[in-house]
Amino acid sequence: MNFTIPKDIDMNQQASWCPGCGHGIICRVITEAVQELGVSNKILTVDDVACGQFGQFAMKYNTVMSAHGRTIAAAAGLKHARPDCLVIARPGDGSAYSIGIESTLYSAIRNDNILAIVINNSVFGMTGGQMSPASLPGMKTATSPFGRDEKKNGSMLDITKILANTDMAYLARGAVNTPANTEKTKKMIKKALQKNMNGEGFCLIDVLSMCPTNWKLSEIDACEYVKTTQSKYLPLGEFIDKGGDK
Amino acid sequence: MSKVKVDFSRCKGCFLCTSVCPKGVLIPSTELGAKGFEIVQIDEEKECIGCGACYKMCPDYCIEITD
Amino acid sequence: MAKVLMKGNEALAESCLRAGCRFFSGYPITPQTEILEYLCWRMDEVGGDCVQTESELAGVNMLFGAAAGGMRALTTTAGPGFSLKQEGISYLCGSDLPAVIVDVQRIGDALGDIFMGQGDYWQLTRGGGHGDYRTIVLAPESVQESVDLAYGAFDLAEKYRHPVLIATDATIGQMIEPVELPPMIEHDVDTYDWALKPREEGEPQRAIWNRYWDWEDGGRKYPAYCLEKYGKMEAEEQRWECVQTEDAEIVMVAYGTSARVAKSAIAIARKEGVKLGLLRPITLWPFPQKAFDELEAGGKVKAILDVERNILGQMKDDIVLATGNRIPVEFYGEYWDNMNEFKIVEYVKEMLGRY
Repeated sequence: MNFTIPKDIDMNQQASWCPGCGHGIICRVITEAVQELGVSNKILTVDDVACGQFGQFAMKYNTVMSAHGRTIAAAAGLKHARPDCLVIARPGDGSAYSIGIESTLYSAIRNDNILAIVINNSVFGMTGGQMSPASLPGMKTATSPFGRDEKKNGSMLDITKILANTDMAYLARGAVNTPANTEKTKKMIKKALQKNMNGEGFCLIDVLSMCPTNWKLSEIDACEYVKTTQSKYLPLGEFIDKGGDK
Repeated sequence: MSKVKVDFSRCKGCFLCTSVCPKGVLIPSTELGAKGFEIVQIDEEKECIGCGACYKMCPDYCIEITD
Repeated sequence: MAKVLMKGNEALAESCLRAGCRFFSGYPITPQTEILEYLCWRMDEVGGDCVQTESELAGVNMLFGAAAGGMRALTTTAGPGFSLKQEGISYLCGSDLPAVIVDVQRIGDALGDIFMGQGDYWQLTRGGGHGDYRTIVLAPESVQESVDLAYGAFDLAEKYRHPVLIATDATIGQMIEPVELPPMIEHDVDTYDWALKPREEGEPQRAIWNRYWDWEDGGRKYPAYCLEKYGKMEAEEQRWECVQTEDAEIVMVAYGTSARVAKSAIAIARKEGVKLGLLRPITLWPFPQKAFDELEAGGKVKAILDVERNILGQMKDDIVLATGNRIPVEFYGEYWDNMNEFKIVEYVKEMLGRY
């Protein structure tokens, strides 16, 4: 079997992510899902401010960069202008679950026909590894130096529990820490895009992703951390898989 | 005969590929690459089975596998 | 076309539709809410989208996305909500995206109150958002002028690829006046090549983002680009109205509803032989410097009176800058009470004793 770099990956540029960062893998998975569906000429992406923004150097899709935390709201607006396109918002967990959680919730409530792929590394990556809503209990970050303390910092946010009762079309959590998980994540993205093509409504895929730099782990240990710790608190799987208002 | 091809100029030396290669074809080197990191190398003694695990884990699109 | 009686807010909304605006995203806030309410049913009739968003932040950022896709997009708000729009306005400016944002002004800081006021001049003209930017600010004084300015605002925004703000106020928004509506036009989202659409195979990738990233070494080119853009706006877009300024010894400067009252004050003052005039900025930015230059060249003006519905006289700074401190400038403001033409005339008479 051949494994060749997808044509939608831009090999003339290189995103300046840290070594072992999951963002690059997610971008490859997105392009493969898109190419397998044959919809490269339908894709518009909305980038967030922070590490995720570099995705536009990795992928060739035309894109707009929104304000931090407004990625999903801007994507919903873009979809109104371009209803025939598939709009993918790519916020991180800091953006989608902290500053932008109102937009995340309301796109689910309104069932906006867009796909949000949330790169969840349980920290604010670009600013140097501060605690995010998805930081794990006990997790040491730049702003929880003694470990996330539920009494002091509040409990960890699992978006799937919050969105589980909304009428959105698709809610899933994947990961990119192993070859098998990248394949599963790709299948989730394909399924979500298919749902958007059917007009079923809002799809959100939370993708657990390595941040070796801010986790202060080696790249390989970071993959292991996703397996042994992050995915224990934030379990993988599909949580909503239905059509919304058709 | 290795089927794996590596664009070493893009390698940032994360070695995720080495951790998933079932045959030990891809191994860390101590050579500094263009990006300033110690990059991966191919052990020519070992045989690539073309499983694609390294391709799937490489965040920097360095790896392709062809027959 | 026959005139119809319409409330200011609804007439403005209808005018935007007729200009080809097919996207609205906004949040209820008095005294702006009728625009949202009107578009919630009227957009359906013209095949557009009206979204009542979860906040003003979402409203302006959803508009940002629609504008990026080439749509003529509108959001409207009032004082406190306009504060929240500022983030989006900065991003629209930095990304070179056109859009129209209406501030139906009310009174005061914090909650202030929902009634007539001109509390947002600084926020409108200085920008409450981050960075170096300016926006064209159009200030109508009547329902008809709301309609006319809103109708042209989208063209103006697209001319510069830049957001245009419209500063009305509670009085203009709430009052009902006869108005002539412009014809309905449709706007194609593909009119401009900057509008974002998917990349076709073989085409270069396009991104709408901080504009200076579009050029190699853009950070060094961007200052000149900005200075040229804003300089062109300042040179070409100044608009104003002069009322009996030719022989005026005291010239009021007022916009919006305050300008209407100022016109009544002129009628009273002139009957009493007081040479009073009015300079009404229609663009709050660019501030009508040319009008002030002409006024000064006329040589008749003894002093200027800034008439505004707020506490600190927010526009006074701009008048002082425009006249270079060569003409004395005083401020007459009302906050809680309605602007009163008789009180203005009394104040003007006192002024004449001083100059």
